[in-house]
Amino acid sequence: MSMVAEAPLKNAVPTDQELIDFVVREARLIDEQRFDEWLDMYADDAFYWMPLEWNQTDPRLTCSLMYEDKLLLSIRVERLKGARTFSQKPKSRCHHVLQTPQVDSRDAAANRYVTWTPIHYVETRLDEQALYAAWITHHLCVEDGKLKIKLKRVDLINCDAAFGNIQLFM
Amino acid sequence: MTRYAGNAEALRALVREQEVHRDVYVSEEVFQLEMEHMFPNSWVYVGHDSQVPNAGDYFGTTIGTQPVLLVRHTDGKVHVLHNRCPHKGTRITSETCGNTGKFFRCPYHAWSFKTDGSLLAIPLKKGYENTGFEQSHAAPGMAPVRHVRNYRGFVFAKINDGGLDFEEFFGESLSSFDNMIDRSPVGQLKVAGGVLRYMHNCNWKMLVENQTDTCHPMVAHESSAGTAVEVWKKAPPGTKKPMAVEIIAPFMSPYEFFENMGIRIWDNGHGHTGVHHSIHSDYSAVPGYFEKMKAAYGEERAKAILDENRHNTVYFPNIMIKGPIQLLRHFKPIAANKTLVESWTFQLVDAPDMLLERTLMYNRLINAPTSIVGHDDLEMYERAQEGLHSNGNEWVNLQRLYSPDEAGQTNVAVNGTSEWPMRHQFRAWTKFMTMGM
Repeated sequence: MSMVAEAPLKNAVPTDQELIDFVVREARLIDEQRFDEWLDMYADDAFYWMPLEWNQTDPRLTCSLMYEDKLLLSIRVERLKGARTFSQKPKSRCHHVLQTPQVDSRDAAANRYVTWTPIHYVETRLDEQALYAAWITHHLCVEDGKLKIKLKRVDLINCDAAFGNIQLFM
Repeated sequence: MTRYAGNAEALRALVREQEVHRDVYVSEEVFQLEMEHMFPNSWVYVGHDSQVPNAGDYFGTTIGTQPVLLVRHTDGKVHVLHNRCPHKGTRITSETCGNTGKFFRCPYHAWSFKTDGSLLAIPLKKGYENTGFEQSHAAPGMAPVRHVRNYRGFVFAKINDGGLDFEEFFGESLSSFDNMIDRSPVGQLKVAGGVLRYMHNCNWKMLVENQTDTCHPMVAHESSAGTAVEVWKKAPPGTKKPMAVEIIAPFMSPYEFFENMGIRIWDNGHGHTGVHHSIHSDYSAVPGYFEKMKAAYGEERAKAILDENRHNTVYFPNIMIKGPIQLLRHFKPIAANKTLVESWTFQLVDAPDMLLERTLMYNRLINAPTSIVGHDDLEMYERAQEGLHSNGNEWVNLQRLYSPDEAGQTNVAVNGTSEWPMRHQFRAWTKFMTMGM
C-alpha cells in the first residue's frame, strides 16, 4: 500500500496547496479503497450530496441521488466489507481523474474553505465499466488542526440520466 | 423463428398453476407480443394530472414501448396522444415536459395540431388537394389513445378498444389509491421532488413480482438493512433514532412479521401486501399532521385513513404504489432483458413538508441507482436474467402456499409470504396476452 499519510497542517490557516492536497488525497483513498481512513476525513456533521437535478439548491424537498450523513456513509463502508454483500461479489473498483482543484473561496474567520474540482470517474465490476463526469465542490473546515469535509457536493454532468448501479464514491 | 405469434395455445402453455416457463422473461418474441397485445389490452398508468396543470402543458412517457403524450387541452380535459407526427413519424415534443401553447408544431415540416391531437394546419396545404388526403391515415392528426380515465388525478389509458372497462379492470383495488389520496387533508396529491430513473438489465416482470415478494428482504437486504441495524446499535444509548434508520431497519424484520402482515388478492393481477401492518407502520408521527387530518375528516375517519398501512399495492401490469408514503414505481419495459424503473413521489397537498421529506428520503435510500437496497435487488434480478438461460430447468417456481381452489377467488386476504400474488399476476398476464387472439 502506498504512503499517503495525512500531513498535519503547518499553520492554523491552511494554504491553497494544503487544500488541494487534501482533495487529491480524498480521491486517492477512495481509489485505494481505504474507506475507514476516507470516512475520517469527514466532520461528524458532514454530508455527501449528489444532486438529482441540474443546479439543485434544496436537498430536503427535492430528491437527490445521495444526501447522506456520516451514519449513512459508515453503513455503506461497513456494507462493502460484508460477507453477504452480493452486489459486491465480485467487488467494484474505481478510478478518479482530477483536474487540479481550484480554491473558490477561503474564509479563515468563518473556518470555511471551498474548492472546485472537475473529475472523470470510472467504476468497474468484472466486465462492466462506466464513465461519469462530474464537478466536485468541497466545503472544508479545520478541526483540531486537521482539515475536515463539511460538505462534498458531486454534480454529475448527466445527473438526470437513467443510471445502472453506482456502488462506490465519486 | 416464431414460436408464439398468433399462437394463443403456446402462450397459455407458458403459465402453469404453480410455475411459469422462462420464456416469459427471456424471449424477445414473447416481449414483442406483450407490447402488441398485453399492454394495449390493459389499463396502463400514464401520469398524474398535476404534471400538466395548465392548458397546453404536456408530459411525454410510454405505454409499453409506445411513445405517448399526456396533455391538458384548452377545455381543461386531459388527453393521451400518440407522440408521433402523422406525416413522417417524428416525435412531436422535444423536452419530456413543457407547455406547447395552443397547438403542437412538428419541428420537421411544421404540421400543427390542436392539443386534442386534431390537425390544425399544414404549410402549402394545396399540395394535398385532389390527392385523397382526407382519407389518409394522416388526416385526423395525432392519433389519440381513445380510452383514457383520470382517477382522482391518476391518468390511465387503454390502447385497444376491446378488453375491460376501467371499473371492471381495477375493481376494489382502487381503494389503495383512495387511501393514498385521502392522506391529504384536502384529498389531493401533487407530483413533487423529481423522479429517480434506474436502469435494470432484467425483465420488467421480475420487478413487479418482487413488490409482493416478502421472503427476500431479510435475505437479499441483509447487506444493506442488516448492516444499518448493526451500525445503529453502536450509537450512544439515548440517541434519537434517525429517520433513515426508521426507514431501513424494518427491511430486516423476521419472517413472522411478513407472514402476519398478510397479502390481499384482487382480480386482474392486482393485490397488496400489508393487510394488517407493514414496514411503514411505525414511523414517528409528524407534528401538526394529525390535527390537520382531524379537522378535515373528523377524528374517527382520520384515524381510519392513517391506520391503513398497506405496504406495496401492485396494479397490473406495471406499477406499484405505497399509500403510506405517497410513492409510485413505474416499471417501464424496454426489451426482454431491459427495464427502466421510474420512482415518482407525491406531496400531500396541505400537509406538513416533513412528510414529503421522509418520502424523498425513502425514495433515495431504497429506489435510487445509488441505493444500497437497490443494489441488493438488482443483483438478484440480473443473476436471474442470466441463470434463466440454463436449459437444465426451463421453469420458474411460484408454488409457495399454493391452493388448488385459488384461481376464481378475489378480494381474499392470505398469509403474507404467499406467492399467490405472483400466480395471480400470471393468470392476468395470460388473460390480457391472449385476449382477442
